[in-house]
Amino acid sequence: MNIVKSMAAAAALSVAAVGANAATLDDVKEKGFVQCGVDGGLPGFSAPDDSGQMRGIDADVCYAVAAAVFGDSSKAKFTPLTAKERFTALSSGEIDVLSRNTTHTLHRDSALGINFTYYNYIDGQGFMVKKNLGVTSAKELDGAAVCVQQGTTTELNLADFFRANGMEFTPVGYDTSVQTREGFDGGSCDVLTSDKSQLAAIRTELKDPDGAAILPETISKEPLGPVVRQGDDQWFNIVKWVLYALINADEMGITSANVDEMKDSGNPAIARIMGTEGEMGKDIGLSADWAYNAIKQVGNYDEIYQRNVAPLGLAREGSVNALWTEGGVLYAPPVR
Amino acid sequence: MNAAFTHKPAPDRPPPRISVGAVGWMRDNLFSSWMNTALTIVAVYILITLIPPFVQWALLDANWGGRDRSICDANKDGACWTFIKVRFLQIMFGLYYGANPDQVWRPVLAFALLIALAIPLFVESFPYKRYVSIGLLVVFPFVGYGLIHGQWFGLPVAETSQWGGFMLTFVLASVGIVCALPIGILLALGRRSNMPLVRTLSVSYIEFWRGTPLITILFMASVMLPLFFPAEVDFDKVARAMIGIALFQSAYTAEAIRGGLQAMPRGQFEGADAMGLKYWQSMRLIILPQALKISIPGIVNSFIELFKDTSLVAIIGLLDLLNMAQTASRSIEWKGYDIEAYLFAALLFWICCYGMSRYSQALERKLDTGHKH
Amino acid sequence: MAEHHTKIPWHRNPKVRSIFFQVALLAATVWVAATILGNTVENLEERGIRTGLGFMGGAAPFNVGFSPFIEYKLGESTYTDVFIIGVLNTMLVSVLGIVAATVLGFFIGVLRLSPNWLMAKIASAYIEIFRNVPLLLQIMFWNFAVFLPILPAPRQSWGLGATAFLNNRGLYLPSPIVESAAGVWLMVAAIAATIVGIIILRRWAHRRQNRTGQPFPVLRVALAAVVVVPVLAYFAGGQPFTLDFPFLDTFNFEGGMRIPTPLFALWFALTTYTASFIAEAVRGGILSVSHGQTEAAYALGLNRKRTLDLVIIPQAMRVIIPPTISQYLNLTKNSSLAVAIAYEELVNLWAGIALNQTGQALIIIAMTIAVYETLSLGTSAFLNWYNARRQLVER
Repeated sequence: MNIVKSMAAAAALSVAAVGANAATLDDVKEKGFVQCGVDGGLPGFSAPDDSGQMRGIDADVCYAVAAAVFGDSSKAKFTPLTAKERFTALSSGEIDVLSRNTTHTLHRDSALGINFTYYNYIDGQGFMVKKNLGVTSAKELDGAAVCVQQGTTTELNLADFFRANGMEFTPVGYDTSVQTREGFDGGSCDVLTSDKSQLAAIRTELKDPDGAAILPETISKEPLGPVVRQGDDQWFNIVKWVLYALINADEMGITSANVDEMKDSGNPAIARIMGTEGEMGKDIGLSADWAYNAIKQVGNYDEIYQRNVAPLGLAREGSVNALWTEGGVLYAPPVR
Repeated sequence: MNAAFTHKPAPDRPPPRISVGAVGWMRDNLFSSWMNTALTIVAVYILITLIPPFVQWALLDANWGGRDRSICDANKDGACWTFIKVRFLQIMFGLYYGANPDQVWRPVLAFALLIALAIPLFVESFPYKRYVSIGLLVVFPFVGYGLIHGQWFGLPVAETSQWGGFMLTFVLASVGIVCALPIGILLALGRRSNMPLVRTLSVSYIEFWRGTPLITILFMASVMLPLFFPAEVDFDKVARAMIGIALFQSAYTAEAIRGGLQAMPRGQFEGADAMGLKYWQSMRLIILPQALKISIPGIVNSFIELFKDTSLVAIIGLLDLLNMAQTASRSIEWKGYDIEAYLFAALLFWICCYGMSRYSQALERKLDTGHKH
Repeated sequence: MAEHHTKIPWHRNPKVRSIFFQVALLAATVWVAATILGNTVENLEERGIRTGLGFMGGAAPFNVGFSPFIEYKLGESTYTDVFIIGVLNTMLVSVLGIVAATVLGFFIGVLRLSPNWLMAKIASAYIEIFRNVPLLLQIMFWNFAVFLPILPAPRQSWGLGATAFLNNRGLYLPSPIVESAAGVWLMVAAIAATIVGIIILRRWAHRRQNRTGQPFPVLRVALAAVVVVPVLAYFAGGQPFTLDFPFLDTFNFEGGMRIPTPLFALWFALTTYTASFIAEAVRGGILSVSHGQTEAAYALGLNRKRTLDLVIIPQAMRVIIPPTISQYLNLTKNSSLAVAIAYEELVNLWAGIALNQTGQALIIIAMTIAVYETLSLGTSAFLNWYNARRQLVER
């Protein structure tokens, strides 16, 4: 929605613009791109590279949805959002998908008019300390000053953890993850708490990465994934199944490199994903080669993970984000 | 008659060496008393501790070459201007133009047009000011928007969410002041109106916006504005920030213009009334042209404040100059070079604000002549 | 004559027109307000957001790090406490900033007019640099680029004996612990009596000077009394409180009181920034006093310092005070930028953390605005009163 229109709307108080509750797919097709809400400043999840392209595992979900809808992954546009604004932006129709490392909780599911599709990264909250403090367990943190990002579930988990263990702490709350990192690095606190993926990313950005250690405890469950508005089941299915398709492709060994060969595969499960068998694309309102396009242009889940998250020092092997066949919990329903 | 009595003074002897030239100047200005000497010593000490290390770091030892961080990592004693060089387009024009250098001519052209239109307004003898200002205030916003946003002349679209950097700072501040001017004029007139209700409403409006920090207003604009409008109406983030800024700025502009109205001699109002002019006629023809002229320094000052305050949009997540520079300095490629980012942003802000404040001071001096009692 | 007087048609009557216009304006205002209210209610309902003050009594699920005036207990303190702490912390940094900015601003402003060329230039460079760079940038710069890197970690604190410590968490000082309430009241009474005494002394000295021309060193006597009386009262009251000294625990100092680094950085940035504006006001004020006044004072035989004290400053104050007070208000509003460096004042704690955790945007923003509006109206009222009192009687 452009500014001139917005201003006119402001003046008239009632000029109709974008219908927030209309069918999102039609809306997206009409405007010609998917508008995606991201963090925009979180390396590995969503951050601009030298050329200004948004990169990261959250950004790639949007590229994949754009590839599935339009056959062209470049038809994704990004709105950087703060933690505060993200849900308003989604429910007001400003964005079509919220892919901003957002934790799935009961409250958010039930009270905010939004739906979580599936998870593109499963995380848990942990602690990072300076090694020279000699702390090896989170239970030893009584009396510590803790850097934390405000307005997140992290802040509440932190308070719960210390209360549950009868310990005291001084919170040092920052508005963004970068300020939190700067605060910890500068020494305004002893401990930094955040999702472990972020701890790993933040650790690589410290002045002295080897001087900091991540404690073993995981004090919360943080399943992160793309979110859509409630009340539009078709769009909900599209986003959900694009994500499932990427995970299924990982499981079946379909990569962006071999996807063209796989198109001729005799394996019926692969053929259904490729759109050469069955009418899966039509069922969710897309073209037959929706998943082929997403995999071809963005890669399967493992490629996305290795490209974005692995460089942060978070190995996928043996982690909760591995496939269910490899000891993790990622499990996508079959395409059939 | 007698030439012998003609007085011919001997030429003055030159003043003692010690009271002229550099030495004399120093005696007068730096060492006139022991107190003064002490101050000079303190001042010299301050300058010596601050300036040489800074120059060493920022210029002499600085890194300028290369395209990546390796050159800076190799020489940590100097500033890393390579970083600013590589991210220059992004910091100046935001994400879209940073990613599409071939389109950068669009904001540059828009900016050049703006300057070309604005300069004649400051030339005293230029005759067609009226047409130029109509062009500037009415036509240019559309041309500028068309250029920067694209879409209209077959240009590729640059989404507002992809706007950023210095360009966004400039756009926010300019839109703020342009929208605020008419509202501010009405409010200033309203505040001095004879009608009690008009006065009360104007005063309440002005005091309300002046009493609240801009950051709260931006929170309100970003979180609550969507609630105030019917569900179908939807603003993007930049538009929301603009609305907040324009409302906020109009109160300050109104106060600047009120200052101008107050400085007008009573006789001008009475004279206009005596000529039988109606209210709007006398305002349009007699009062406002004079009052606005006197209030220009005040308006420029409030514009400077606004220009600096646009950096607060960083807190609602817009990538203005400060936030864009910061975001660039936190990227994987350039993490750790944030002092350079802060300094570069500070320098740009400083040049603009200092330039404008010099202009407003000069104008103030010029307008002041003849009014001194 | 009177018969030929054409009656003004009613629609040309300025009174009628004025009433009509005001009614129309009122109707428009009400319509806009009603539309916004209606839309808001509808939107809230549609999105299933419940608004109300109910959450204020509930326990806040997060911790508050800095609350020097009331005790915050995680799990027991309510959102109301959080709000009060936010207001108190805003007022704390504002008062600190106002005092320091006034002192620094006057100093720089006078220095700017110093006969020493170099100092005048440094003062002028200070003013031009600090007031032409956004405050948010300065706050971040001081906190992240200066204070945090320079100050040592808690275990390497800079200490003053065993009484005070400075590290990157803040400044730790001993705090008083009350031993006997009666003794404390005695001290309070003694200090109050001192203040009253000083006011009476000042009046007396003023009258005496008017009568005899003899000045009396009120300031020196007052300063001495302010130091001596509380000390005497402390011992007379049987040492009613003792000091609690900070000591190093596992991670941080415990006991005593703490001025956290963000508070210090915010205070520093607000002070240096606002001082540049106050300095300009001071300069303008001093320059506004006509040069004849200085010359007349010199002619009376007053030296430079006494001329400044007795002739220039009292007249300049009339010009200096109004802009300075609006700078105080600006400083108070600008303290909201604490959100960038984790000082827990109103906007950070209430419109930030509490808003995020409750989702009650409407109520919380309205309360925040109400606090600032109250401060602002109070300041305006004071200014109007001051201007009316100090208005020069023009001859």
